[in-house]
Amino acid sequence: MNKGEAQIIVKNLTIAYGDFVLLKNLDFTINKGDIFIIMGGSGCGKSSLLRVLTGLVPTAKGKVIIDGVNFSDASHAQADEIMRRCGILYQSGALFSSMTLAENIALPLQQYTNYSAKLINELVELKLALVGLAGFGDFYPSEISGGMKKRAGLARALALDPEIVYFDEPSAGLDPISSRLLDDLILDINQSLGTTIVVVTHELASIFDIGNNSIFLDGDIKGISAKGDPKELLKNPPNENVLKFLTRGAK
Amino acid sequence: MKLDFSVVDKALQLSLEGDFIGYDDPELLHKLQEALLRADVKTLSIDAKNLQKWDSTLVVILFELIKLAGEKKKDVRQLNWPQNLSKLLNLAFSVDRKPERPKQTDEGFLEEVGSFTLDVWASIQKGMNFIGQVLRSLGRLVGGQAVMRRVDWLFALEDCSYKAVGIVSLISFMVGLILAFVGAIQLKNFGAQIYVASLVAIGMTRIMGAIMVGVVMAGRTGASYAATIGTMQVNEEIDALKTMGIPVTDFLVLPRITALTLTMPLLVILADFMGVIGGASVGIGMLGISPEEYWNYTLKALDMDNFLVGLFHGLVFGIIISICGCYFGIYCGRNADSVGKATTQAVVSAIVWMIIATGIITWIFEVLGI
Repeated sequence: MNKGEAQIIVKNLTIAYGDFVLLKNLDFTINKGDIFIIMGGSGCGKSSLLRVLTGLVPTAKGKVIIDGVNFSDASHAQADEIMRRCGILYQSGALFSSMTLAENIALPLQQYTNYSAKLINELVELKLALVGLAGFGDFYPSEISGGMKKRAGLARALALDPEIVYFDEPSAGLDPISSRLLDDLILDINQSLGTTIVVVTHELASIFDIGNNSIFLDGDIKGISAKGDPKELLKNPPNENVLKFLTRGAK
Repeated sequence: MKLDFSVVDKALQLSLEGDFIGYDDPELLHKLQEALLRADVKTLSIDAKNLQKWDSTLVVILFELIKLAGEKKKDVRQLNWPQNLSKLLNLAFSVDRKPERPKQTDEGFLEEVGSFTLDVWASIQKGMNFIGQVLRSLGRLVGGQAVMRRVDWLFALEDCSYKAVGIVSLISFMVGLILAFVGAIQLKNFGAQIYVASLVAIGMTRIMGAIMVGVVMAGRTGASYAATIGTMQVNEEIDALKTMGIPVTDFLVLPRITALTLTMPLLVILADFMGVIGGASVGIGMLGISPEEYWNYTLKALDMDNFLVGLFHGLVFGIIISICGCYFGIYCGRNADSVGKATTQAVVSAIVWMIIATGIITWIFEVLGI
């Protein structure tokens, strides 16, 4: 797949928990190599949408098509194959506390590849170096800071050279410098590996720094009220909610 | 994929051709490293002119070689490299922080014994301190000063009362049944199988009923206390209580300790009853004893002293299980692993302390002639 081609297509998607409809009629496309931002106020369904995109929550209606395969109706084998090509960085890093950072990163490599133990160790070392944690392999998650946990989580997400990496609130709980470092890292990975990046966030600084495409989820209409480059949306906000959000409610 | 190398004019020259996806050849990397370490090699030159697709397995080889070249002060030349490959390697080399960890020194035998003794002493102090806090909370409860919500107490009561009836009934029934079976095998030899009724009645009411309820409740409720409070510790809810000035033992321990201490004797009564029913099912169903006869022998064997000893055991076990569960929950670490450890420790400690308490109570009652 070449840069700019449609990689994730969401068609008429509805997300519901029982009778409660959270989001409805979502239509958007994420292209290969995009840094795609899913933004919106608290409780508008950003994280739920991410859970649907990663197959953790079933769709109530509509389709999620990833690399031409309808993920919503995919068999277990197909869904596993798609998820193998995706990496996810959770809010807290979600590292396994009983494993060292190296063991955390080696786990997907041991599970999905037949690489020799030596190559796996070298790959682990490389991934740690990529996220600026060279030499931290034998540390446990409890021994490192929150920002380092996120970077280690990113190293694990990158272990299998994924084509798509999802980030759930990457800046949450980080100081501005660590947050900026993580944003730079996201940009570097996008540029050097051509990875498609999908970021759920409401951090304005990150949205404008890294995003080149976005959707704005509006809790009032339970759907998308704006699409496009966040910088363009700031220049020409299509509605008041988007303007308020992108300007922190400034009048 | 093809990776050719040769040494020409003091330079180790590598040529990358084709796709490098899932490239795993440790021997080749070893040969390359050996060639690079040769004294006459001054430069590492890597040509990627014919490189097609690649993944991290290629980056690893280049990363290891360039790192080695840097360590041995050899020049590196990147020829016809795709921009993203250069950028990725630059990123990998951009931070070279060597973390420091405290050095661990081997302790001698005496030092180990000393450390162990100090650890044990610290644990005893921590335990006694916790029991002291619980006693102070109980004092506040009696004085109407404790910060304990009625709804929490009712929730704890619900959890360790009727919700435990099913499992306690089943286990006690089975224990009564097994006791009758085992007793019948021996008593049959003397033609005294009728005394199965007495054996089950005395055994269950004096100790077996209480012990079985204790073991079940330690695994069920004690573990739940440790896991719930431990998770609160991980989520910093206990820190929030402390900073609000709410005594943790009032808020979290009192509802649980009072609820379990109140319901344990009631569960012991249930266990006694179900044990007798279990014994009767063997006595009547398999040994041919008539129901009237079995009932009469059971009533004859039942003794108020034995019954009260059983209830007293239940009361003590309730205190032990709730204290162990809450203690290990409150002193849990701050990760998922710690919650698992706290839960295990709570159950194991509760069972060990119940056995110790049974020994002490039995000895005291023996001395008192009860």
